[in-house]
Formats: sequence, C-alpha cells, structure tokens
Amino acid sequence: MRNKYSVFSLIKNAFSYHENWQRAWKDPSPKKEYDIVIVGGGGHGLATAYYLAKKHNMNNIAVVEKGWIGGGNTGRNTTIIRSNYLWDASAGLYDHALKIWEGLSQELNYNVMFSQRGVMNLAHNLQDVRDLKRRTHANRLNGIDAVYLSTEEVKKFCPIINTSPDIRYPVLGGTLQRRAGTARHDAVAWGYARGADAMGVDIIQNCEVKGIRRNGDSVVGIETTKGFIKTKKVGVVAAGHSSVIANMAGLRLPLESKPLQALVSEPVKPIIDTVVMSNAVHAYVSQSDKGELVIGAGTDDYVSYTQKGSHQIVEGTLNAILELYPIFSRMRMLRQWGGIVDICPDASPILSKTSVKGLYFNCGWGTGGFKATPGSGDLFAHTIANDEPHKLNAAFNLNRFVSGDLVDEHGAAAVAH
Amino acid sequence: MFLINCPYCGERDQQEFKAGGEAHIERPKQPTELSDDEWAEYLFMRKNIKGIQFERWNHTHGCRKWFNMVRDTSNDEIKAIYKMGEKPPSL
Repeated sequence: MRNKYSVFSLIKNAFSYHENWQRAWKDPSPKKEYDIVIVGGGGHGLATAYYLAKKHNMNNIAVVEKGWIGGGNTGRNTTIIRSNYLWDASAGLYDHALKIWEGLSQELNYNVMFSQRGVMNLAHNLQDVRDLKRRTHANRLNGIDAVYLSTEEVKKFCPIINTSPDIRYPVLGGTLQRRAGTARHDAVAWGYARGADAMGVDIIQNCEVKGIRRNGDSVVGIETTKGFIKTKKVGVVAAGHSSVIANMAGLRLPLESKPLQALVSEPVKPIIDTVVMSNAVHAYVSQSDKGELVIGAGTDDYVSYTQKGSHQIVEGTLNAILELYPIFSRMRMLRQWGGIVDICPDASPILSKTSVKGLYFNCGWGTGGFKATPGSGDLFAHTIANDEPHKLNAAFNLNRFVSGDLVDEHGAAAVAH
Repeated sequence: MFLINCPYCGERDQQEFKAGGEAHIERPKQPTELSDDEWAEYLFMRKNIKGIQFERWNHTHGCRKWFNMVRDTSNDEIKAIYKMGEKPPSL
C-alpha cells in the first residue's frame, strides 16, 4: 500500500530524520509477458502508463526506460506550460492538457509545483502584431483565455522589459495567457511514476530496447538489454530516439532529431514573475523557484544525437535577452545543456496507430512537449486501449503526411526553431 | 559545434554553414505518376539515423556552394566530405 504524502507524514518522518520514507516506486525485473509495454520512461510515457491503469483498468503494463526516470528531455526542458495555439486541433490538444495540469498535484498526491504565472508572447514587427492578434482571436473562439497587450501593458505586466522604441527590435505589443505558467519538470515524472507504480505498473529502468519483434504485420514483443519481453501492444514514447525505434520495426517517420539547448543563471532574488517569450528575436525567460533565470535557446539545424548543441545558438539567444532585459547584463550563466528533440515538418506531434498492428507512436513533440505531458498521456492511453484515437488526437495521425492534412503550428511554436 | 573542411574554401567554423538535411533523396523523375504515399515518402519521411548519416551542407557565409558530408550523428564526427555529383564513399 502506498503511503499518502501529507503534512502528517512529513512530521512523522521528521522524527526518524527522514531516513524511512517509502520508495516512490519499485525497481522490478521485467516479467515474461505484459499486455502493454511503453517504451520510454519520460513524462509522456509514464503519464500514458498511469492513465492506462487508471482510466482503462489495465494492470499488466511495463514502462521500459534505457536510462533513469526523468533523465531525458523531461528533466531538460524549460518547463513552460500554455495552450495558446492557433489551430482548432492544437487548441483542443494543448488545452486538454492544461485543464489536467490544473488539478494534477491533487490527483497525483504529488506537488508538481504548477504555477499559473502567465505566459506573455511579444510582437516586434507589424507582422508579429497581426499574427498575435489573429492568434488571440482564434484562442478566444476556442475558449482559451488570451488577451492582446499594448506596449504600455507589456511594460506594466513585466516592468524589467526594455520597451524603448529605439532598440533593434522594439516591443510593439504582446499576448498574455494568464492560465499558462510553469511546473517542476522532475516532479511531473516522479509523480506519474509513483502513481503508475501504485496501480501495479512495472517501471523498468536501465532497460534499453534493441529490437521490435514482429510476426507479419503484428507486434509480438520487444528485445531489450534485459531480455525478450512478450507483448501484443507497444506504445513508443521515445522523443528524440523515435526514429531509431521506428527503424527497428521497419517503419519510417517524418522526423528529424536535433539538439535543443537551455541554460540557467546563478540564482538571484525574484525579478521576473512570469514567462516571457519572443519568437522574432528568439528569447524566452522565466525564473525558477530556486531563483535561477531559465532561458531557452534554439535548435541547431543539423541532425544530431549528442545532447550538446552549438555555442553560437546560445550566444544569439543571450544577445536577444540582453537587448530586452538590460538589467541581466552582469548575470552569470551557471549551466547549459542540450536535449534531443524530434521535430515534425508541421511542428505538430504524432499520436497515432501505425501500419504495424499493436505498434503505436507518440512523438514529434519537437521543442514543446512538456506542456502537453498529462494530455498526451491521457490521449495516448485512450488510443492504445481502444486501438482508435480519441477525437482530440485524431488529427495528429501519421497519415496526415500522406493526405496532406497537416497541422501547421510553426507560428504558434512561440519561438521559431 | 565543429570545424568543416569545405571542399572549395578549406577548414572553417561550422557556423558559416547551413545544414541541408539528408543527402541523395532523388527528385521524382515522373512527378505526375506519383501516388500520395510516394509523395509523402519523398517530401517528409527521413532516415534520421543515429550513427553514420549522409547529408548535404551549404557554405552560406563563404562560397555558397553545396556539398555532401558523411557524419556520425551520435558524436558529430565528420567521416568524409565530397562534392555534389560525386559518388558517395563506402564506409
């Protein structure tokens, strides 16, 4: 039985110097056979397993992860959550996730530190102004809170922004989604892992998938570094490595994997209480609860699996940050890292069945998957359990690259990657 | 970030170059005959290999010429560079 986290459990464990906390999840060896195996123990994969167990009463599920929980992109992103996407399909998908975020800490009995501090998107030229106004209208028609702000209102909402008209790319306005914000990324993975484990899901770490075994057009199991695991359904949630897994099954995906970098500064006192993003100059920044500035840089334009990224990408982002926030000019950057993101030609994800029976892919989230974690898990669980997509992810099928029915969200990706 | 030996200009910093994606994807000879599946394959599907990948690069801030590169995408090590139209090396 899983112990509930509460103020009482905190006090009780304080008496034993916090040395007797129950493990948040077990460390099982793989069984011979599962009903469903999820490949990839990041936020999306764990959420998928959690909702399969919770909403579809599946209890013979494994999540296999080649590293450790929260060691991939889940622990590498800039934790921004918002749903102000342009197209109806995306608005539905991302706002579904945002609604789950709003109750997630209570549901998981795990504080994911979800903070609706607002996300502001800046406009720096007349086309930006037109695009952002259009997006605000589209959002409101889809029931998503969005307001358009004048330059003065931007300055009022975030006073440290340089709104002087004589900077290289002056701030002409912006949009604000107040329900948007941030969450603690590690806690999301840990919370879902603990929740899934409590319902009987086996979370198997340090277990890399080496092959997908097929019998004709159906999946029969996966080869892993911990041996063969028999299963009829495999849900692949492998982010940057999705193409690698697809190749094992003889499938091709419309993805390119590229390094995306982020960096944090030394911790300072609270200075920015919201998230500000600028597509045109490619800069986005927020402040973590520890006080670090969290800054997202861009992707490199070449395929790479190195988790590094190029120096000039960081340099370009910091140039833009300093122009917009002169107050940061003497901040020192503490850490920089890269994650491998799988980018789709239309900058929208794939949550889909494939031509192989029992093989499902949840990938292509590119540079902005974190915000969708709960919704992605919920909808992917639905797709696997019913062998049919939910109406909210029906548009995000693999076949759209054949039919041409793309969901082009390059404009709403908030920053151009 | 790495150095690239442009076949026309010699060794230069990678930021002078632009990556042009997977190499040797041939434009369909008879576009009107192509099925939707074949179009999807040509336009969107990519190998996206972790390991040895053949790709195109352009020296955008130099001679502006295109060339081919063989690179290990797992460590960014460049294995070979050859001009457009040349036969890819066997590695």
